[in-house]
Amino acid sequence: MTTTTVEPSAPVGENGPTPVPRKVRRRGENSLAGNLASHGILIAGSVIALFPVAWLVFLSLGPDKDDYLHPAGIWHKMSFSNYSFVLQHTNFFEWLKSSLIVSLGTTVIGVFVAATTGYAVSRMRFPGYRKFMWILLVTQMFPVSVLMVPMYQIMADLQLIDSYLGLILVYCTTAVPYCAWLLKGYFDTIPFEIDEAGRVDGLSPFGTFARLILPLAKPGLAVAAFYSFITAFGEVAFATTFMLDDQKYTLAVGLQSFVSEHDAQRNLMAATAVLIAIPVSAFFYLVQKNLVTGLTAGGTKG
Amino acid sequence: MTVAIDRATGTRRGERGPRPGLGQRLKHNYQKYWYAYAMIAPVAIVLGVLVLYPLVYGLYLTLTDANSLNTARTIGVNHIDATYKFIGLDNYKDILFGPTSYDRFWSHFIWTIVWTALCVALHYTIGLGLALLLNQKLRGRTFYRLVLILPWAVPTFVTVFGWRFMLADSGIINSALHALHLPAPDWLEDTFWQRFAAIMVNTWCGVPFMMVSLLGGLQSIDASLYEAAEMDGASPWQRFRYVTLPGLRSVSSTVVLLGIIWTFNQFAVIFLLFGNTAPDAQILVTWAYYLGFGQQPRDFAGSAAYGILLLAILIVFTSFYRRWLNRNEQQLAI
Repeated sequence: MTTTTVEPSAPVGENGPTPVPRKVRRRGENSLAGNLASHGILIAGSVIALFPVAWLVFLSLGPDKDDYLHPAGIWHKMSFSNYSFVLQHTNFFEWLKSSLIVSLGTTVIGVFVAATTGYAVSRMRFPGYRKFMWILLVTQMFPVSVLMVPMYQIMADLQLIDSYLGLILVYCTTAVPYCAWLLKGYFDTIPFEIDEAGRVDGLSPFGTFARLILPLAKPGLAVAAFYSFITAFGEVAFATTFMLDDQKYTLAVGLQSFVSEHDAQRNLMAATAVLIAIPVSAFFYLVQKNLVTGLTAGGTKG
Repeated sequence: MTVAIDRATGTRRGERGPRPGLGQRLKHNYQKYWYAYAMIAPVAIVLGVLVLYPLVYGLYLTLTDANSLNTARTIGVNHIDATYKFIGLDNYKDILFGPTSYDRFWSHFIWTIVWTALCVALHYTIGLGLALLLNQKLRGRTFYRLVLILPWAVPTFVTVFGWRFMLADSGIINSALHALHLPAPDWLEDTFWQRFAAIMVNTWCGVPFMMVSLLGGLQSIDASLYEAAEMDGASPWQRFRYVTLPGLRSVSSTVVLLGIIWTFNQFAVIFLLFGNTAPDAQILVTWAYYLGFGQQPRDFAGSAAYGILLLAILIVFTSFYRRWLNRNEQQLAI
């Protein structure tokens, strides 16, 4: 644990218990005013957090492309026509397919690679360990633009432009370092004695990893999988540059194509955006609790 | 604090005998750690091929005058060979000290620093405030938490798109301001308001991560510390100052560093909010992207040079940050 400094004696004289007898309040309970204030702030915050999303959903129900300028009119002519148009007359399913292939590919490859790395750095202090961790951190910092041009050239040389595999590999470079950090934190919480027991019983280091540690680390793996998935699902810059064929656009790129293609049919864009957001957000809420534990595992241990 | 101990042998690092020769050491290392190396090999290879090699290649590009007109390309069946040439450090000289360097680099640099500082400060304070509120016994706190992390749950390209609707000339925000008889700014046209809007949207997007991480940190603080402080008569402010903040230190130092790196490199928000318009609101990352891919001819060398400069800034910053943490006897948790 982190050592925590507590001032040995706070000035009792000034803030000591007031002589006036008052209602005894138990620990963790707030005064009424404090409670109201907390609720007020939290409600305000919730409204701010919710409003842009709710507004987008609302606008997506307006059937005309300029409806977003006259939102009051939408009440009278609400319909799902945008949704049916997007689903029937655009490449939505093609884009969804690309997005899913790329995201799931990134997830599978990324998590597997990150798990072996995370295990290695969690259990073994090999020479070059610190340098390796530092490199993993530095990879987080690479701005898109420094890698974009050379990556484009390399991808072109390897014939990977406009291919799913190319995009998957690119996304792995961003997802893996972070997932490896995250999984290292998780593996650190699994007692080392388990590894030792496995080794004593005659398992190889890889056997220990595959048969003992991986099953125990399932929650951590789920978080890493989810992180890779949303990273790949929401990425824009690389997808815009590397995917040229509009059959292979991911959803993030496809969404932008509405602007030029149908001269800014914003009602359709809104509907598409909502369609994209629903499954991802639902998925997010399923794992959010683990996500937080995973993210801060390193931090809270101190 | 983590002490580097090889858990397999229990020996501390550094406690070793006289160093054997290089060849023998390599052999020994190989025998002892080959499985560790085998396990990190996939990452090392992928990072090596797709990050380090491009980085070196990018570094080389910055020393040339490559753009989309003189690099190797194939048009139809004709293959055109690369004709760009080596020009040394001219790109850097031009970016940092050239005649228009203020407009092209320094103005964006200053704006990027301001953007990063303001965004991270806002993320952290708002996130901490909300985390503190959520950490008390309060009715409906699960509900609040679920709603408050919504901006994180929905993909950025969707939410930013929603914000564009709201910020449009006659969008909901301006209508509301108009109804309140307040001036309605041109959010997506005027430079100051563009910057304001960008910070606002990014704050909205980034607060949930901070809030949730800090909430995790708050919950890991030992409740008996608060009890002890209360017994000693500490006021709520003193409890916050001397128990909560020190207890959060290690989480804070981690999330602030991550926040700074992510915000500094925040591509999606600005790119999606303004596209290739609004040259004055572009931070260095999106500006470099614009140079490399948003204009004709595409200035590959210039874009890569910006990238290298950005990376250098971040690495220098992180080294100092780590040193500063070490001096305060902390370690980075990540």
